[in-house]
Amino acid sequence: MKIFPNLIKKITESEIWKSVFRHGYADTSRNRVLQIISNVWLHLHPAKVREHGTKIRFTWCMGGITFFLFLFETITGILLMFYYVPDVNRAYADMVDLMYVVPFGRLLRNSHRWGAHAMVITVSVHMLRVFLTGSYKPPRQFNWVLGVVLLVLTLLLSFTGYLLPWDQLGYWAITVGTNMARATPLLGHEGPFAYILGMKPDNDIRFALLGGTLIEAPALLRAYVWHCIAIPVIASALMMAHFWRIRKDGGISGPL
Amino acid sequence: MEVREKKEIVEVKDDKVFAWPNLVAKEFLAAIFVTVGLLFYSYIVDAPLRELSNPGQAENPAKAPWYFLGLQEALVYFDPWYAGVVLPTIIIIGLILVPYLDNNPKGNGYYTVKERKFAVTVFIFGYIFWYILIYIGTALRGPFWAFFWPWEQWTHDFPTPPPLHDMPLPLGIILMMGFYFAGLVLPVFFKRDILYKWGFIRYVLTMGLLLTMIGTVIKMVLRLEFSIKYIIATPWINI
Repeated sequence: MKIFPNLIKKITESEIWKSVFRHGYADTSRNRVLQIISNVWLHLHPAKVREHGTKIRFTWCMGGITFFLFLFETITGILLMFYYVPDVNRAYADMVDLMYVVPFGRLLRNSHRWGAHAMVITVSVHMLRVFLTGSYKPPRQFNWVLGVVLLVLTLLLSFTGYLLPWDQLGYWAITVGTNMARATPLLGHEGPFAYILGMKPDNDIRFALLGGTLIEAPALLRAYVWHCIAIPVIASALMMAHFWRIRKDGGISGPL
Repeated sequence: MEVREKKEIVEVKDDKVFAWPNLVAKEFLAAIFVTVGLLFYSYIVDAPLRELSNPGQAENPAKAPWYFLGLQEALVYFDPWYAGVVLPTIIIIGLILVPYLDNNPKGNGYYTVKERKFAVTVFIFGYIFWYILIYIGTALRGPFWAFFWPWEQWTHDFPTPPPLHDMPLPLGIILMMGFYFAGLVLPVFFKRDILYKWGFIRYVLTMGLLLTMIGTVIKMVLRLEFSIKYIIATPWINI
């Protein structure tokens, strides 16, 4: 008769279970605090937060969604890396395979692509929210600075991913984008005053970005490494600082 | 008795609630909604994939990713060194400086327009303008970056745009210097305490950035209405 409850009791009171889960779901203040502070992922939060900070009409949830989209992009990105090789002879064929051959490849690629666009939008709306609530004001000035850098990194993450399909869309978009670097004052060979530093097509800042004078194999590899490793690592480090500082600067902003 | 009274005073009622479940539950729900929405959208709409890249055949129009199309649209009005490099750099530096330039203590942590009219007006203007340029660049620019209304068919057969001309160099330099000079000096006459409130450096940086933003818009208007290509045209640099 009472096999099921007894079984649950036996399991949850076993040594193995207790070594993993330190406490249950008891609805007590003590347990609610423990849920947060004894969980490595949840203890990003303080045990208690100001009530207005939990209201969606105040935060619009945009910072949290941006972070979630970053995690979503990381997971789908890792899966895509199993099927995609950043080689000019293979890249496009791998994309076609993803769309037509790989199980769930189409859904994987689509959601990675749309998630990236969504992240650009949510991060910019998050900035608007933070501005309108004046949340960059003392003592949170520097966290706004970190946020601006993270906004730029989000754009660069999306931009470096744009070349990887190696199709006409990405190729010419990156052509337009990196051609701007040609015109950098002093550092680009077509920019104002570039002659002072002796800039040529094969030694200017665009050359450094592309690893060549044209978008070829080195440019694809650079876009890939920046997109999959370098920028995510830098962004993760800055995100840690960004979230940590929210706590250290007194939690979610609110009327003083 | 005294001890009891003291305890009552210490127990201040604050507005804090437990993060579990008040905050965590909402975050969890948001994560689920985003995932479901994203997967649903990805299921019905395919991400674009065009034919294999071909360096010999340029796309026309060749467009950057949509979030950079505001800058690409600015290329119509400015040389690449400004539209593609200096303007975005100024925007980033300006954004970074926001908390250090805005020394108005009001409106810290709540929505208000009334208490910070200047800051909110400038920011919203810039934000909307950025997205208007993106919209124009994304939806209204066809082959050879020619302008087409949404109801017009993209065609390669459009009227030749009117010829552009440069301002005479002395006039251009006078206008440019006059614009920044007037923009920096006049507000002080109208609001005499502004320098005292903001301090000299903060005032010059704020107004410099604001004037550059307004100047960027003015240059676009000059180009559209008066066919001015450059305000200052020299062999070394054109603005």
